[in-house]
Amino acid sequence: MSLLEELYRETIMIHAQKPHNFGALANPTVESRGHNTSCGDMITIYLQSDGERIADVSFQGQGCAISQSSASMMTDLVKGRSFSEARELIKKFKEMVVEGKEAAPELGDLRALAGVSKLHSRVKCATLAWNALEQALVEAQNK
Amino acid sequence: MLDAQALKGDFPIFANNPGLVFLDSAASSQKPRAVIEAISRYYEHDHANVHRGAYALSERATEAYETARRQMARFLGAQPDEIVFVRNATEALNLTAYAWGLEHLRSGDEILLTEMEHHANLVPWQLLARRSGARIRAVPFTKEGRLDLDAFAAMLTDRTRVFGLTQMSNVLGTVNPVAELAAAARERGALVVVDGAQGAPHLPVRVSELNADFYALSGHKMLGPTGAGVLWGRREALADLPPFLGGGNMIEEVTIERSSYAPPPQRFEAGTPAIAEAIGLGAAADYLMALGMENVWEHDRALLEYALERLAEVPDLHLYGPRGEDRGGVVAFNLGSLHPHDLASALDQAGVAVRSGHHCAQPLHRRLGVAASARASFYVYNTREDVERLLQALKEARRFFASWM
Repeated sequence: MSLLEELYRETIMIHAQKPHNFGALANPTVESRGHNTSCGDMITIYLQSDGERIADVSFQGQGCAISQSSASMMTDLVKGRSFSEARELIKKFKEMVVEGKEAAPELGDLRALAGVSKLHSRVKCATLAWNALEQALVEAQNK
Repeated sequence: MLDAQALKGDFPIFANNPGLVFLDSAASSQKPRAVIEAISRYYEHDHANVHRGAYALSERATEAYETARRQMARFLGAQPDEIVFVRNATEALNLTAYAWGLEHLRSGDEILLTEMEHHANLVPWQLLARRSGARIRAVPFTKEGRLDLDAFAAMLTDRTRVFGLTQMSNVLGTVNPVAELAAAARERGALVVVDGAQGAPHLPVRVSELNADFYALSGHKMLGPTGAGVLWGRREALADLPPFLGGGNMIEEVTIERSSYAPPPQRFEAGTPAIAEAIGLGAAADYLMALGMENVWEHDRALLEYALERLAEVPDLHLYGPRGEDRGGVVAFNLGSLHPHDLASALDQAGVAVRSGHHCAQPLHRRLGVAASARASFYVYNTREDVERLLQALKEARRFFASWM
């Protein structure tokens, strides 16, 4: 399998084309923006929460297949989770794409993004939504 | 005409990366052996601080540094005392904006720019506008990718204190009619600042014929090392300019309370300069002058025309920028609905290096109605074969992503 095939798996392309949880929430507790300064891509995470559990989460923005699919799968995965569970998943995801560690099973479909760790220039695309979520959790907790 | 295939041999990067198709010279060019060797030779034989020591070695270093200034003057058709060494075009533009702007810009003044500016000729002026209360206006460009000259005429008023424009767009490749627009702006009493970051590497430039006050360039885009660039200023414009950075080398006499400043160009070169880098840049200018900038321009133009003709074969490929003589070797494009980052990764896997993103020109992309684009840019070492490799890689990428476009 070429690196390109490894990177652009069907799971990723399906999510990129029809992202889940796309669009603003009506009454979010917090909104958090992330920028990829190298390409200008932008993402906004909408979080509805009591400060302990993610009641609902969505995202809006534009970006490449990597950033869009990552945001789509991430929102699927963390919805309904406690903040500490979500933080654990953020850590696991970053270990996979930033450090190239073996993909944790609890990442589910997101494991399809493991190949990103081999392309340094694309790591920022994959982590864009995750960094925005991390920031949203901090803001929600401080509210 | 240049023999680009033979010239590739002058650039060690290609021998060390067999099969590399490098199409990102608009971001930073590769370096010929002559430049790399000039830098090593200087460090191995002549290094000491410049303008300081009364010993032979320091005099040799100073002579080498000042030779580089004369080489850059010759390259630009200027006088050596009009050449200020800076880090890059960004620093040159910031120097101009701060040194001139803090002194002269007032509330109600207007800074006229264009919508095709690189952020380097936009953000410094925004910082100055915020401090002074001046207002920024930007000349739009047409569907074809040329400056809207009617809009320019209407936007140029007695309130216009600065007119800043790029000589050549880093995205569209458009070469602007700088001399004509600059003459109109100066007639209105505006200071004219030209961003030559793309122009200087690719066009024969005689700064004295541009009707400009200041001209900024980056050495690393014209075969030189990173860390050396030039701010050219008309002698009178430089003489009137107060210092930007204070420190050693830029003074005449210093007391605890105040200092008197050295004349240009030293006034703007505070501290130990990037000596080796300036020397490398001088060697790059010599290399380009030996090729002949007319030949460099013709080579870029021919390759661009060939690329535009061949790229038309790729379905769903959307090309930006004007067609005609006023266009340099830059092709920005998008393939269908594919994000340029995904496209660039696919091209990279085929050994073709292109830039993707907004290329530090977000207002320009906003005007084009896209967030980003992919960009191929040509220079002296690029061949028709490189264009063909790009074409094949684009076709493969299109096949690979076909069901998702």
